[in-house]
Parts: sequence; C-alpha cells; structure tokens
Amino acid sequence: MKGLAARRRRPLATVVLLLMALVVTGAAYAVAAPTFANASTTAAGDVQRGRDLFVASCASCHGAQATGTRAAPSLVGVGAAAVDFQVSTGRMPLANTAPQAPRKPTEFTQQDVADLSAYVASLGPGPAIPEDQYLNLKTDDESLAKGAELFRVNCAMCHNVVGAGGALTRGKYAPPLEGVTPKQMYEAMVTGPQSMPVFNDANLSPTDKQDVISYLKYLEEQPSPGGFSLGSLGPVSEALFAWAFGIVVLIGAAVWLTAKSS
Amino acid sequence: MDTREQGGASSELVTRDEDGNLPDRFENPGPPPHRYRLADTDPKAAKNAERQVAALFGISILGTIFAIVAYFLFTPENTFASIKLSNTTLGLGLGLALLGIGLGAIHWAKTLMPDHEMTEMRHPMRGTDEDRTKALEVLETGAAESGIGRRPLVRNTLLGALALVGLPGIVLLRDLGPLPKDSLTKTLWAKGVRLTRDPDGKPIKAADVTRGSIFHVIPQGLNESERPLEEKAKAAVLVIRMDPNMIQEKDPAREGWDVDGIFAYSLICTHVGCPVALYEQQTHHLLCPCHQSTYDATQYCKVIFGPAKRALPQLPIAIDDEGYLVAQSDFKEPVGPSFWERG
Repeated sequence: MKGLAARRRRPLATVVLLLMALVVTGAAYAVAAPTFANASTTAAGDVQRGRDLFVASCASCHGAQATGTRAAPSLVGVGAAAVDFQVSTGRMPLANTAPQAPRKPTEFTQQDVADLSAYVASLGPGPAIPEDQYLNLKTDDESLAKGAELFRVNCAMCHNVVGAGGALTRGKYAPPLEGVTPKQMYEAMVTGPQSMPVFNDANLSPTDKQDVISYLKYLEEQPSPGGFSLGSLGPVSEALFAWAFGIVVLIGAAVWLTAKSS
Repeated sequence: MDTREQGGASSELVTRDEDGNLPDRFENPGPPPHRYRLADTDPKAAKNAERQVAALFGISILGTIFAIVAYFLFTPENTFASIKLSNTTLGLGLGLALLGIGLGAIHWAKTLMPDHEMTEMRHPMRGTDEDRTKALEVLETGAAESGIGRRPLVRNTLLGALALVGLPGIVLLRDLGPLPKDSLTKTLWAKGVRLTRDPDGKPIKAADVTRGSIFHVIPQGLNESERPLEEKAKAAVLVIRMDPNMIQEKDPAREGWDVDGIFAYSLICTHVGCPVALYEQQTHHLLCPCHQSTYDATQYCKVIFGPAKRALPQLPIAIDDEGYLVAQSDFKEPVGPSFWERG
C-alpha cells in the first residue's frame, strides 16, 4: 500500500509541473517577443533608384510596370503614403501568402523606402507622405480627449479601445498599434491598407488624425496601475489567464493539501 | 465476470467457494494498514519539518513588515508609475503575510500533528417510529384546533388573499415606462434628414465618401434631440462606398437606394444589437464583435456567418441640392434584434 500511494501521487505532480512549465515558457516568450525598428524621418526620394529597387524586389508580383499581376494589385495611383507604410512596417515584400501580411522588421533602409515611394508616386497621383506638421504629438487635454472620442467612434471596434488589436474574419486581424510611428498611423488612415477602410480628410481632417495619433501615443506612455495588463484585451485574456494559470495553481494546491505527508 | 478472473490484482480480493461461485456478502476488508510519516519515526525529520513550518511563519512575519514598510516608503503620488509601485509592493507584502500563515498551518498539521485514523459508522437518516407518530399527532392537533376543515369561509378567503397578494407587484411594473408604441419600428430618419458624422454632427457630401471609405453616421439633429443616446442606439448608420458592380445579384426593389455605390446600412446587429462596425474594405464583410455574425455588403448585408438571422436594414439615401447625403425615408423595416410583434 505504501508503495502504491507513493506511485499514485507522482504522475499528477508531473502533469502539474509540465503545465506550470508551459505557462512560464509562454509568459517568458511574451515578454521577450521580437520588437520592431522604425524608419520615420523623411528623405527626398530618387525615382530612378526607386525603379531599380522596385524591379529587384517587387516586380515579380506587382509586374515590371507596377500595373499588377494576378498575384498582386496594380500600384498605379496608390501614392507614396501606401508604399512608405507597407515597406517601412515590413509588410511588403510579402514573405508568403497568408490571409494577412504581418508586421515584421523591414529589410530596406530609410533611403530605399523613400526612393521606392518616389517611384510609385511618379506612376500616378495618390496620397502623399504626410506633412511633418501633422505628425507632432499634442499634449493638451482637449486634443487628447477629442482624439480618444474619434478613436472610439472610428477605430476602437477593430483595434480595441486602447489600441491592443483584435480578430477579424477568416484569419485576418486588426494589428496592435503599440510601437507604430505617428507617420505610419497617419499613412494607414489615408491609404486603408489590407482590410482597413480609408479615413480620408473629409472624414477625419488632418488635425483630427493628429489628435487620434496623439491619443494613441499618450496611451503608450501610461503604465497599467493595476499590475499586469495582459495585453489589455479585456475579459478574454483575463479568463484565459485564470484558466491556464489560476486553475493550475488551485489544482496544485488541492493535490498538495490532500496528499499525505511522506 | 470471466475477464475479472484473469485480472491479477482483483482476484486477490475476490474469494470464491470450491464451485467457483461468488459469496452473497463480501467481508469488510477494513482500512489499509497505517503508514507512518517520516516525522513519526525519525526525530531528525520531525526537527526538519518543525524548521520548515517555522520558516513559513517567518515568511509571513517578513511579509507583514514589508507591507508596513512599503506603505510608508512608496506613497502613491500623481503618477501611474507610483500607484503601480505602491499597489505591487503592498499586495506582495500582504499576500506573503497571509500565504505564509496558511502554508505553515497546513504543513504543521500534515507533518507534525497527530495522525490518528478513525472510522465512524453512518447512522440511519430515518427517525424512530415513536418520533414520527408524535410529529404526526402534533400536526393533526394543530389542524383540528385551527378549525380550517370546519370553517370553509375562513379557508377560502385565506386562499383568495394569498392568491391576490402578488398582484400589486405586477401592477407596479407599469412604472417601468409607457408601452413602447411605435418606438421599436421608427427612428429619427425621415425624408430629407441629412447624414452627419458621428460624433460632431457635420453633414457629409457625397463626393467626400471615396471608394474604400467608411463613415460612422448619425441623423442630423440627433445631438439636440430629447434622448440622444436612445435615438442613437436605433438610428446609427454605417456608410460605405464600393464599386456598384461588386453587388452579386441586383435587387430591383432596392433600385435607387444607393448613391453611385454609396450604401447606408443600420449599424445595429440583428442578433442582439451590438454595433456591427468591423468593416473589411477588401472583402466588404462587416463583422459583429460580440458573436461574430458576419454580413456581406456585396449581398445587401446578408448574414453569411454567425447567429444573426436577418440582413442589416438598408437606409435609402439620395443627394440634396447642395450635394449632401440625405435619407429618402426611415428604414423600411425595424432595426436591431427581432422582437415578438415584429412579424
């Protein structure tokens, strides 16, 4: 009996230990997840050099004249803002076909991006790279409050009320907005990349956009006073944490409580 | 039973007679032999356990001191960072203080306190016959003395009073508000009401709505209406512009409801009324964040996935003399979730 009781306890302890190890590994990965480098200063673009870069890196999908193929859309008229957003956030060139192009570290220098943008802008008129005056962050309460209201009305349904991102249909998603530069945010609003709709200047004026960006950047600076924010995803992540971590701890406690001392 | 005979461990417990039959009753095997703990037999182990318990109580003491020190050391000021530091240190200290006492007490009980094993037999739930007759007698005496059987007038009026006493509760429910009348079917939209931006109420020109755009729209004058939030909950509209040729099957009944590919749909999900605002401009899908109902704008917002049953109602729109978008009329059907009288 003595041997049997001792053996009965061990497998459970292994399961508990394994689960705890999984939780710790997951948490460690979340903390050490890759971060992104950002190109933000504008530089004058060289159309000729941009064309060369385009032929080397983009033409296989977008066509030699950038008029699109069956694999990718035409880039005539998408404007410099679209190119700057897609390339500086690493979404283009696309690594593989998936429901959505993920954000990743870019392989291009700031000058490369500027040249590519200049080349595509030369193909047809489209949204230009935003002017610096609208990219300065405002800090007055009125602008931040207005930015927050506009964000809640127009953006929060997909991007979450604090910009933590969220799921869309069939594997697509609205990405989290933390770490996105003001310029990239502005460009996303004017060009409507991927699933995102366009918010043109008649809908959100340049000042409105500046308010929204200022609000998002203000949010980024606010630490969470209640401890771990768990991605600010609301009840989903909190419940997941309770299930994956809290219940494992409770089970472990119950096993320890009822096990006879050796 | 045959499979059981071959089982190694279980065959030890089953005692059969010479013919191989099972007995009518099994012998009570009694509790398993008592297993002594290390601390029962080895004084060194007992001393060790004692130290562990003391260490756990010591952790509790340290936690308490830490919490008090943290209270004075990290006073929350006007920054979130200082509030976070204060919360974290206070919580850590108080948590350790309680956890140490709890863990120590259990460890103490498990390793050092006496380890007797005892068996208590269950006693029957049924009362004695004597008690049962006595209880019945009391009940019968009570019924006879009250005279409820002999005086039907008292009995019937009591039943009537009990039946009616709940009525005021139902009548008082009227205070919850007037009957809904037509408020479930009518919204602020009417012929000529301009489509304006949420939240500032600025009217929208048709030319402003470029392809791929989305506008969150409220009727003109909503912010000045008597109950703006209630009206907004019914009248909120989503305006999108797409290539009219993207419509898969043109519905002749909706001819002229859009303005050159500018479509206006109710924002309120027909499932339980969440705002359906997640618009994917490439697929023209509208997703409700609450239960993932998905509407397809290329099929007049028909439900293509999820629990919703009805398409999003379309608001017929036109352009007025100044180029602003206006409603042609109210919605042609009630917006939002289904209700009994909706038909």
